Amino acid sequence: MPMRFAAWKNQLTGYAFISPFLLGFLIFTAFPIAASLYLSFTDYDLFTAPSWVGFEQYERMFAGDPKFWRSLRVTFLYVFVGVPLRLTFALLIALLLNRASRAVGLYRTVYYLPSIIGGSVAVSIMWRNLYGDEGIINLALNLIGLESVRWFADPAAALWMLITLSVWQFGSSMLIFLAGLKNIPPSLYEAASVDGANPLQRFFRITMPLLTPVILFNTIMQTIAAFMTFIPAYIISKGEGGPLDGTLLYSLYLFRQAFVFYDMGYASAMAWILLLIVALLTALVFATSKYWVFYETKED
Amino acid sequence: MTGKRLRRAAYHFLAAGGAFLMVYPVIWLFMSSFKPSELIFVTAGKLIPDPWIWDNYVTGWKGIGGLHFGIFIKNSLVLVVLATIGAVLSSALVAFGFARLKFKGNKFWFAVMMMTLMLPFEVALVPQYILFAKLGWLNSIKPIVVPAYFGAPFFIFLMIQFIRSIPSELDEAATIDGCGKFRLFWQIIVPLIMPAMATAAIFSFYWRWEDLLGPLLYLNRPSSYPVSMALKMYLDAETISNWGAMFAMSVVSLIPVLIVFFLFQRQIVEGISTSGLKG
Repeated sequence: MPMRFAAWKNQLTGYAFISPFLLGFLIFTAFPIAASLYLSFTDYDLFTAPSWVGFEQYERMFAGDPKFWRSLRVTFLYVFVGVPLRLTFALLIALLLNRASRAVGLYRTVYYLPSIIGGSVAVSIMWRNLYGDEGIINLALNLIGLESVRWFADPAAALWMLITLSVWQFGSSMLIFLAGLKNIPPSLYEAASVDGANPLQRFFRITMPLLTPVILFNTIMQTIAAFMTFIPAYIISKGEGGPLDGTLLYSLYLFRQAFVFYDMGYASAMAWILLLIVALLTALVFATSKYWVFYETKED
Repeated sequence: MTGKRLRRAAYHFLAAGGAFLMVYPVIWLFMSSFKPSELIFVTAGKLIPDPWIWDNYVTGWKGIGGLHFGIFIKNSLVLVVLATIGAVLSSALVAFGFARLKFKGNKFWFAVMMMTLMLPFEVALVPQYILFAKLGWLNSIKPIVVPAYFGAPFFIFLMIQFIRSIPSELDEAATIDGCGKFRLFWQIIVPLIMPAMATAAIFSFYWRWEDLLGPLLYLNRPSSYPVSMALKMYLDAETISNWGAMFAMSVVSLIPVLIVFFLFQRQIVEGISTSGLKG
């Protein structure tokens, strides 16, 4: 009998310690997700009771709202151009900085500084002004003989303000790549050199395969984070997503539907579509990972 | 010999040149904040202000609508401190539970927690807002601060990894000596995981200081605005005449972030490299 009591006590103590997370998860995550699924089948403006409308919100989204498609297109461009560019820069600079030199510490600091301050309103305001008609980006373009671009008039150009801001913040991925590079045993490179492998072969036969788990991790986390980007789009377009929806990232459009137009039902339907897109993409990356991610077998 | 030196010079030229390009926008912002508003874009190509003036800081600090910038900084600090204390302490508690206690469902809930790391926050946004509205919490800092007291999955994960690196003989010895689980946590584990708690506190500071969405949704009175919302007000009122003030206050809002960055670089690098914490 006392044994049984002790076992129960262990269970209770365990749950007592994780209870903040459990309660928080139920109240602020699980319940809201379920509620937003319900709301996505209703018409709800926050002031009158939700009324059931079936699939109407989804029908409107797919068949009756060109702005939704534009927002989706802008977001996909932002994610699928921005994330690969960001990871490429992160990997290249990590390779560049993966050596013993006193200056490397300083370089590393400077390269990842943007990813610390990049999420702030101040930096978004700064970025807006870099791309002004007389801003330094246009000055730089003129300097190399190109014509000025009217970044705030052309929707295709406007998106590049957001993409470059995202790429500029490659620092945190770079640090994760650097940690991955440090974990590769030097003996592998030595052995390869003895066997006469050139630097390019060493990179593609040793570095890349051993980094693939880190690349997988970075790809998934950065893609999800990119789908959630809000502050830069909100600040750079002053909350509107313009010009001509050129910077109307999905989060911004969802925010506008919910908190500018108080169309909570529609916003909830959008939220669920986003959840499905992200889940599908993550599943896809994981499913393909067995073909390109190299997992070391543990040896003692 | 000279070939090697040449290669080294080329390396540093490339690395330092890239680094300079990376910080150039920030330097430009800083320098522009000392230029007269009407000259900022006329002289955008020149870095050094001529004349060098402080007026932007004076007008910027006076603020908007009779609220000086110190009020916004104070509001930000209140949010940061309250949310950070909550997030760090509750996350430590939960991390200890996951890392050290044996109970049914430990692995399951850990997996659930890791899944929430990959969840787009938008999916919970609308019902959360409705929930806080029903609780009568709109126009207060409660919707921003209270959820922090229920643990932050990133911090929990970071601390779990740290606790796992501590030998469990310590716990066993303490348990044999009749030490209860909570005392074990508070008197033995907490002092040992201070570095991980410090890292979590630093990231919490960054996220809360820079957060815009929470204040945008839940705070309506300018007198309760944090710095991020104050800058947004400057942007909404943007005219040629107050560019300078907006630039100056942007610089002011970055100063605490930069100070923490330079003081705690080691923790930040470790935090990002070991748990993938996003900067």
